[in-house]
Amino acid sequence: MATILAVDDSTSIRQMVSFILKQEGYEVLDASDGIEALQIAENRQVDLVLTDLNMPQMDGIALIKALRSFPSYQHTPLLMLTTETSSEKKQQGREAGATGWIVKPFDPEQLVSVIGKILG
Amino acid sequence: MAIDMTQFHQVFFEESFENLALMEAGLLSLAEGADDPEIINTIFRGAHSIKGGSSTFGFSEIADFTHVLESLLDEMRAGNRPITEEAIELLLGSVDLLGRLLEASNKGETTSLLNVNTQLEKLAEFQNKPAKVQVDEPPPSSPFSHGQAQSTTTEDTVNIGWHIVFHPLLHMMRAGNDPLSILKALEQLGALRVTCDYARLPRLSELNPEETHLSWDLRLEGACDRNELAEVFDWVEDDCDLVIMPMFSMPSNDIKEAIVESDRGEKIADASALLASINTPASKKSEGVASSIRVETQKIDSLINMIGELVITQSMLEAIGENFTFERLGKLQEGLEQLKRHTSDLHEGVMRVRMLPVSFAFNRFPRMVHDMSAKLGKKIVLEMSGIDTEVDKTVIEKMTDPLVHLIRNSLDHGLEMPVERLQAGKSETGYIRLNAYQKGGNVVIDIDDDGRGLDKVSIFEKALQKGLVSADQYLSDEEINELIFHPGFTTTDAANDLSGRGVGMDVVRRNINELGGSIQITSIEGEGCSVSMSLPLSLAIMDGQIVRIGNESYIIPILSIIESIQPNTSNLSRLAGKGEAYKLREEFIPIIRVNELFGIPHEITQPLNDGLLVIVEGDGRLCALLVDELLGQKQVVIKSLEENYQRVEGISGATILGDGSVGLIMDIPGVIGLAGQGRGLRMSA
Repeated sequence: MATILAVDDSTSIRQMVSFILKQEGYEVLDASDGIEALQIAENRQVDLVLTDLNMPQMDGIALIKALRSFPSYQHTPLLMLTTETSSEKKQQGREAGATGWIVKPFDPEQLVSVIGKILG
Repeated sequence: MAIDMTQFHQVFFEESFENLALMEAGLLSLAEGADDPEIINTIFRGAHSIKGGSSTFGFSEIADFTHVLESLLDEMRAGNRPITEEAIELLLGSVDLLGRLLEASNKGETTSLLNVNTQLEKLAEFQNKPAKVQVDEPPPSSPFSHGQAQSTTTEDTVNIGWHIVFHPLLHMMRAGNDPLSILKALEQLGALRVTCDYARLPRLSELNPEETHLSWDLRLEGACDRNELAEVFDWVEDDCDLVIMPMFSMPSNDIKEAIVESDRGEKIADASALLASINTPASKKSEGVASSIRVETQKIDSLINMIGELVITQSMLEAIGENFTFERLGKLQEGLEQLKRHTSDLHEGVMRVRMLPVSFAFNRFPRMVHDMSAKLGKKIVLEMSGIDTEVDKTVIEKMTDPLVHLIRNSLDHGLEMPVERLQAGKSETGYIRLNAYQKGGNVVIDIDDDGRGLDKVSIFEKALQKGLVSADQYLSDEEINELIFHPGFTTTDAANDLSGRGVGMDVVRRNINELGGSIQITSIEGEGCSVSMSLPLSLAIMDGQIVRIGNESYIIPILSIIESIQPNTSNLSRLAGKGEAYKLREEFIPIIRVNELFGIPHEITQPLNDGLLVIVEGDGRLCALLVDELLGQKQVVIKSLEENYQRVEGISGATILGDGSVGLIMDIPGVIGLAGQGRGLRMSA
């Protein structure tokens, strides 16, 4: 089963995302900011990254840019979790190389269906 | 999928309160003139996280409020709005309100009394926008619902199917999107007929497999609406040419009705949720808020190590026990010794799990000092040190109120107005210093200020008025300072909303005594006042001296004991009206016959030669407790007497001794007080 890296500085969101995805049978790794996420992703190829945008140390956009620069993450789906409905953030994300986004608040079904679709 | 989201609520609340604390600390340092873009970023992130969490976990009121706050902070972060004093005060107020909203939601109480709209109006006014816009602004909607309004208003037709021309640009796959997964997603929406156009496919030798050269002509039959389609293409709309046409449409009323119905359905659901929320508070309250504690992984790891050691010892002892011969006694003793060591390590480790840094209690003070000094027109700096000192969670909780009280006193009575300070030759800005450190088995918290100190003359006069002292009495400085701990004692006649009516220091002392701690005050007139609180690190365990009185075993907290002596009869004296006293190094110490106090049948009466005197200190007073024998020192686990029996004056708890009998733990200040009532031993007498 696919491995997903969930990145969020909020423990509750991280726990929830992990819990939901684990129930679906995914293997879930988590990180509380971009730096930690990069370390994990460097050590281990994951199949999908789901990241929050606003985080201390390294934010989601910077994380996506950094990941896209790795040869092994050229085509990995990188999704951002965002509360911003503004297209500006989405545009920034897209330019950084994000595959897509999930807008908070989301419900478990949404999360699972979006991820299910993208992981095929 | 049924996932119980409430399981994440506790974590959400905890982290939200942490975020609030960060926001508050950030705002306060901005108020002090700090100029670091990271501070406003941190504040923004705090609000942002709370907004994200609250909307995810369904606390929409919090989400809406935080949304407004966040957008204001975003403007500041972007440098589009100056960070003025007014803005900081407004934000601090909003942080407070947010805290109350979170608290109410955590307890399942209604938030209707919290004047959220008033604060929203203030925020809106500040943003120079009409209040309505802010209040009525819908919460951030989910990505796939934003189009719904569109479809209901602009399209009265039903689309039986869709004709889609999907032409990905060359680079589409570079962002990790795959046309195949899009086709699969469409398949979920209805019957899909796919025609692939591979006209642009280059020769194999020229093909770059990372580029997309195919395009598709799709016919989707099914009653899905445009939004569902848009959702599928949402992430790639800039990376492809896309045409979506209704394939077949006709006017219909069915769907409109369906929409209206679902609208109504939702409203009904809302109303019943509202009813439920009105009806539940009472039952929810009784459940109480689950309290949890965050423990560093390091602490848990060390516990696991200790368990490992314990297991090794256990298997070693087992091996010795299997065919025990007398020669192996040494080994057995060694093993038991190890077991004892590991048990006490483990014990200590477990206690450490409950330990929190005192910053949990201290964190509120910067804000308090900020607010109060503004209110009073004083200039005060709060300095805190030793905030990482760890104390048991319960002690932290219980020491907070006394601390608040003491700091308020300093702010209100101790520190002078700037003018007054200048006249006294001091700097305009006064300070309050909070310092926490460990000393023995206790944590000591010192609260110092450089204010005017205690006014001894007016304290004495007040005590005279209240008949606590007589006019011809000479009192030492310490004795005068003690007077302010007397119930109802105050030198401020008018009550004010800051420090209240002087029902203060006695309550502070009582609270601290209840925790098994003590409090002392020293003051130099004109130079300042220092209060020193000493509290046990933990309420669950204590070092005790076991003593025998008659046939009973009692425990005296080691921390209260100054020394134990074999009395010399020549040093005994009987003071008129004050009972017996023992002269120790030129000081008369009142003797308390514990057996009489507690009504224990006892053989030794006179003289005292056969007994021992344990000199103890409580609330700054020395007393000698008469006991028969010292039985040894032991760490005792404190069991509450109130929970298991009832409150007993002079006894703070009980423990189970090694032989299985119950030993009562003496509450030394209580014992001294009890003995004083009977004999007029009081300080003021």
